Amino acid sequence: MIRFENVHKSFGKHEVLKGIDAEVDKGQVVCLIGASGSGKSTLLRCVNGLEDYQSGRISIEGETIDAHAASIHAIRTRVAMVFQRFNLFPHMTALQNVMEGPVHVLGEDRDEVRARAEEHLRRVGLAEKMDFYPSALSGGQQQRVAIARALAMRPDAILLDEPTSALDPEMVGEVLSVLRDLAQEHMTMLIVTHEIQFAREVADGVIFLDQGRIAEHGGAEEVLSRPQNPRTQEFLRRVTHPI
Amino acid sequence: MSPLSERIQEYLPLLVTGLWQTIAVTLLSLVLASALGLMWALMRSSGSRWLSLPARYIVEFLRGIPILVVLFYIYFVMPEVGLDLTAFQAGVMGLALTYSCYIGETFRGGIEAVDRGQIEAAKSIGMKHGKMMRRIVLPQAFRIALPPYGNNMVMLLKDSSQVSVISVAELTMQGKMLASSTFDNMTVFTMVAALYLCLTIPLNFLMRRVELKMGAAT
Repeated sequence: MIRFENVHKSFGKHEVLKGIDAEVDKGQVVCLIGASGSGKSTLLRCVNGLEDYQSGRISIEGETIDAHAASIHAIRTRVAMVFQRFNLFPHMTALQNVMEGPVHVLGEDRDEVRARAEEHLRRVGLAEKMDFYPSALSGGQQQRVAIARALAMRPDAILLDEPTSALDPEMVGEVLSVLRDLAQEHMTMLIVTHEIQFAREVADGVIFLDQGRIAEHGGAEEVLSRPQNPRTQEFLRRVTHPI
Repeated sequence: MSPLSERIQEYLPLLVTGLWQTIAVTLLSLVLASALGLMWALMRSSGSRWLSLPARYIVEFLRGIPILVVLFYIYFVMPEVGLDLTAFQAGVMGLALTYSCYIGETFRGGIEAVDRGQIEAAKSIGMKHGKMMRRIVLPQAFRIALPPYGNNMVMLLKDSSQVSVISVAELTMQGKMLASSTFDNMTVFTMVAALYLCLTIPLNFLMRRVELKMGAAT
């Protein structure tokens, strides 16, 4: 569904992606792991055109992603994104945040969207918080609203950029459990994460990025439990046994 | 000289007609300056050189000229190229042009202070530039820009006295005429100052209330 073919990307002289080839199939959960600066967030942001790339091709269901083409707006409505720092709209309530895209971008019927938005918020456990502004919600609650906002677009796939990295430790679980539910419903997800245990449990595939290249790519169990590449072994050792 | 209370009663009606003119000049130029200022700010943050450069030059240009010169120019020079304006119209236009720069910069500051993540979030649900500005960026930018905008409003009110130089019969002008015909400078200009304060103090108070209310809504 999402296909990367020899993707290259530079910031000025600094090449951050050095030829990425990978594929995410429909209904799959793929986790992108790697040290900071390895290019994993950049790769993710290229998929919905928040970053452009210089050569190669990224496509969704055969349609090429070009950050500078007019088609990017329509593509973004099909590929939702969840950010590390939530990025909820602070002047709107949780419910309004979730309704914003379907009503004001897709032009769907407000009442129908409201019913759906309420259902999404209920599913992420925030039925009581619908009319709260983001500033009145905890980090974990905000991130769950952000996930509901992504779901309300009825996307083909969701991109998640370190969805738990900005959370207090006690709130990581509530967000991961929502993502676990989505994985069980076969939502296609590409997740940049440092949560190795979560990846092991939920991901179908894991891609380990190292200095802009894919160092290892395979099933979650394969990459995380029996890594072949010494860089992967070293990285996993540092992440799972930090001391 | 007659007693103070009688003189106040005698001067007041004339000064109040001036006060109304001051309010009219201020409100009209505020509306125009805000609309123009918003336009400069939107042009500058449009991401297009063809829009942002002209806006930048216009603002730099107008900001570099004193209000008095702008007023003289519009009132005395424009008729020579066929644009005949009344003193009132010229005064409103001069103030609006000058203040559109200050207000434009205020709005631009607000727009630029909106978190980058907001823009990315708006883009990520498929919003195009115009809708993103209208629904996500501007509501937050206005909130940020509100305190400096309030300052601009009060400054504009006070600077409306400058249009007296092209003979608009606003408060300062009426005061000047009254003082020169009665020689009662102290009473007249004290009243003029008091009447300005009657506008600026409630305005400041109102702005604070609005700021508090907007702050509470987030």
